[in-house]
Amino acid sequence: GCFVFKPSPKKRRVSQKTVNHFGERKDDSEDTELRFVTCQSLWNEIKLETEQIQEDLNKQLFDNLVSFLRRSHSELQEKTTEWTCQMKSREIPTAALVLGVNVTDHDLTFRSLSEVLQNNITPYIALVEAKDCPGVKNLMQKLMGQLMNCYIDVDSLEDEDYVQVSQNRIRCSMSSLINWYESVTKKTDSETPRKKRTSSSRHWQSPPVVVIFKDMESFTTKVLQDFIVISSQHIREFPLVLIFGIATSPMIIHSLLPHSVSSLLCIELFQSLSSKEHLSTIIDKLLLTDRFPFKLGEKVLQVLINIFLYHDFSVQNFIKGFQLCVVEHFYSQPLSILCCQLVDAKKRVNSLSHNQCENIRRLPSFRRYVESQASEKQIALLTTDSYLKEIIQKLLEDLHVYHENYVSVLRCLHVFTSSLPKYPLGKQIRELHCACLENQVWETEEYESSLQLARMLNKSDLVTMLQQCVEIFVSSSGKEFDKTIEKLKEFLTQFQQLDDAFQEQDVSVSSQKELQKKTDLYHLQKTLLELKESRRSKKLTKFEMLRFEVVDYIDGLVRNYLVPADNKTLHEIVYFNTASVLREHLNAAPRTALHTALNNPYWYLKNQALKSDGGSISNKAPDICIAYKLHLECGRLINLVDWLEAFSTVVMAVEGQNADAGSSDQVDDVIHARFIRAVSELELLGFIKPSKQKTDHVARLTWGGC
Amino acid sequence: MPNLEHPAYPAATLLHLESLVPCRESQVSMLLSIFGERQQFSFPSIFIYGHTSSGKTYVMETLLNTLQLPHVFVNCVEYFTSRLLLEEILIQLQSCSSEAEQTSHVPCDNFNDFVRLFKQAVASQELQDQTLYIVLDRAEQLREMEANVLPAFLRLQELTDRNVTVVLLSEIVWELFRPNTGCFEPFTLYFPDYSIGHLQKILSQNHPPEYSADFYAAYINILLGVFYMVCRDLKELQHLAVLNFSKYCEPVVSGEANERDTRKLWKNIEPHLKKAMQTVYLREISSSQWERLQCEDGEPGQLKGLSAHTHVELPYYSKFLLIAAYLASYNPVRTDKRFFLKHHGKIRKTNFMKKHEKTSNHLLGPKPFPLDRLLAILYSIVDNRVAPTANIFSQITSLVTLQLLTMVGHNDQLDGPRYKCTVSLDFIRAIAR
Repeated sequence: GCFVFKPSPKKRRVSQKTVNHFGERKDDSEDTELRFVTCQSLWNEIKLETEQIQEDLNKQLFDNLVSFLRRSHSELQEKTTEWTCQMKSREIPTAALVLGVNVTDHDLTFRSLSEVLQNNITPYIALVEAKDCPGVKNLMQKLMGQLMNCYIDVDSLEDEDYVQVSQNRIRCSMSSLINWYESVTKKTDSETPRKKRTSSSRHWQSPPVVVIFKDMESFTTKVLQDFIVISSQHIREFPLVLIFGIATSPMIIHSLLPHSVSSLLCIELFQSLSSKEHLSTIIDKLLLTDRFPFKLGEKVLQVLINIFLYHDFSVQNFIKGFQLCVVEHFYSQPLSILCCQLVDAKKRVNSLSHNQCENIRRLPSFRRYVESQASEKQIALLTTDSYLKEIIQKLLEDLHVYHENYVSVLRCLHVFTSSLPKYPLGKQIRELHCACLENQVWETEEYESSLQLARMLNKSDLVTMLQQCVEIFVSSSGKEFDKTIEKLKEFLTQFQQLDDAFQEQDVSVSSQKELQKKTDLYHLQKTLLELKESRRSKKLTKFEMLRFEVVDYIDGLVRNYLVPADNKTLHEIVYFNTASVLREHLNAAPRTALHTALNNPYWYLKNQALKSDGGSISNKAPDICIAYKLHLECGRLINLVDWLEAFSTVVMAVEGQNADAGSSDQVDDVIHARFIRAVSELELLGFIKPSKQKTDHVARLTWGGC
Repeated sequence: MPNLEHPAYPAATLLHLESLVPCRESQVSMLLSIFGERQQFSFPSIFIYGHTSSGKTYVMETLLNTLQLPHVFVNCVEYFTSRLLLEEILIQLQSCSSEAEQTSHVPCDNFNDFVRLFKQAVASQELQDQTLYIVLDRAEQLREMEANVLPAFLRLQELTDRNVTVVLLSEIVWELFRPNTGCFEPFTLYFPDYSIGHLQKILSQNHPPEYSADFYAAYINILLGVFYMVCRDLKELQHLAVLNFSKYCEPVVSGEANERDTRKLWKNIEPHLKKAMQTVYLREISSSQWERLQCEDGEPGQLKGLSAHTHVELPYYSKFLLIAAYLASYNPVRTDKRFFLKHHGKIRKTNFMKKHEKTSNHLLGPKPFPLDRLLAILYSIVDNRVAPTANIFSQITSLVTLQLLTMVGHNDQLDGPRYKCTVSLDFIRAIAR
């Protein structure tokens, strides 16, 4: 493998610098160092977790790929004497790897894939990208560079090899690749036993050479065709395996390669997990758990999810966004030192400074809490630090318990809502989570309608759901659920009893029927009808009663435990809620920003003189802003002379009350120069360009004419 | 009755050669008569053309190998630059010399060097009294190299003043090669396609040792009956024959039928071959998967082919962008106002419909449209407000890299880029759902 390890002393220095940055913003901010360390450790933990998740999710795919590579390779070697193998045209084994449109995630997948292959199959792996390979020549160069380098990496001690390789590099043709491959495999054959143990325990005598095309779609047809044709001629000496990374659909193979070329390939399809499922797992493991003290507020989560669903489908971007949230939270919230595991948090509460106590007193949620207390307690809270710390410890514990319970009840509710028709509260648990965070979920219409639907569930569904809920509560870490579990189990047994009763009644009815048989027809009919009626009403009520009871019980749980986090005291410590910051950073609008900067320079410059009201053009604004505003009023073609005149009028408006008498029709040279400069700046920014249609005119490039 | 006769070579060798190149006897005898005897100068350049797998490469290779004529065989696709090609020829020349001298790497940048080095190489060996053959396979690639390469190869004999003949193999006719400056005209020789009878004969030749030739010939007959309509490529047919042969033998192995029971065997194999035509032949499923299916005796229906996975999942705005691009590509600009504005004036239907609607826009193909139009349509088809964020723009670019849109004529950096939508109506329908 060729990995670069960053030298650690440098890293330390960098992080030291970051600590300083962390404290730079507010001079009254506290404990910056501690905050930074907490943030780092928390993020490292989260990162490890996400990597683990990634690995688990990819495992299936990678296992399939590895076994495919093994198979393709062994077939090439084993039965060369058999008739079928001699006659069959030798195809290049090819894996078409469909990865989905989230192109940004592919890099990571390919990196871990090549790691897995390196450990299991072959040391010879080359990753190529379309942008590096405009022609076959570049492709071959890239390939040889990567393959031969990776050989050097394996045993870099022998110097003579290196010379040989560098000599070979001049000729980048398939034959030199084959020569290289032969020499390499021969060498591993005749290697000392010590070395053999290390290398050939994992790989075969002649391991395949894997070439991964990262972005199949972007390759030009000719490059791919030529490469495949060339390598198919040497497949016997050079066991090549291709992996096509495909973002759209495998149809692209057929549209890129003509039949004469695709007939040289032996393509098998592999599909990766969809990124939506990946995201669900990530949210499940990162957010819906009490492992990590840090939480996302509703708006923030919504922004992240929206970016994912609306824009890129990229899980990596989601995680990056999450990282930004973590950093931003610890950076902007001085109380975030308490955003750690409960045990540590309690310790840290004791050593809070007076300033930090004041910070806590300033929290809106805490103020609400204080107001709800008795008056002598209020005074104590607001004046005595030690008492405050005591209370804080208690409140933090409350918050922790709330989170523990929240997750289990949320999952339980999700079991119910996810099986309702039309999903009034959303199909995914993340939607439910957002709804619960947003406001009191039981007050929404959707909740009402889903309860109504839940009251119409049939028995078998209800029973399986209850069983699932029991499982959730049993496996949860919350301590208050013993009673709940008991209650749910009781419901289950009641349903069971209902079942038995139903059967008994059936029997009795049938016996009744037999009894009635002897009476006349009219009576029989009548009694039967009555029986039927009574049976329906009676039995359904019994089941219905129980069903109502169950739904009401769940409703009670929801009202009890799914209180939105905003209502909780001290929620500011662990929840990151500033969605606007996130939106600014992750979903920037360059056009809008540019327009604001030019149209309303006060927004960025914060100069009182620029504060203007409405549409008037101030002459204090930078020249480019004046020119920009004037050009907004023009059509697609702008007459430069008119523009200049307007410009000079605006500029002269105030400063030149006395000057305009002297040179009213002659534009000042300085102003002319300023104008030209402003215009060329606008051209540089891409708002206008010189036009050949009319002399002395420029063409407008943005939103023509509005 | 041997067709090949030549005084320079022993009859036994010729007979052997004939057995190796079935159905190409006339071409081989023609070549032999052009080549003449070993020491005689031959025609300077020969151009051989014919369809894919009409045996050009194979015949040349066997001919030169069996008669042990000194030759160099180079594939022009593999050596994609003139430099690589010339160096490869020189390397092969060196290695074909009798004494195994150290093959040092000689850089050869242009044809002038090549001629000089070629003379040296030939002089150093005992090649003076024999014709040397240089075979350039896939010679159409030569046209993409420097302009002097092709004419120079055609006149190599004259340029080097040595006994050398250049043979060009190609799938296209000589007329497409001829440079407009004129050049030496090579001797052209056409290899016609194999007829069905030829195919039958050649394919039946390589029967597996366990089974009799007749049995295999009957199988080939059935195979050709199914595949001849769609495929005349000898290699491909051979591949298919091997893939499906085990299935054909199944009744014989299990004892249900004997080797002569042709009808039963036909009934067994025919539907199977038809399935193969729809799957393996089109590379919908790979040959190894096909073989595994045969072993497990499963239905090919379980394995979905490549074309079955057409669905592409796209982010919300990407979908709308693509739909907007499609609309912009296939609707004329003047209808935009009518379709996407709430308060468009009255539509003068009569005038409008008459003139244009006859030729469907789908037949004309997608038209390029500027970025601003795409965004304007996007804003009008998405229900809620869309901010023109960086993400939207990057999505357009990523659609371009995914080949769902293509950028047209982007030469002016300041000009708004223009795009074309390259996806089909079906695709858009699937997305819009």
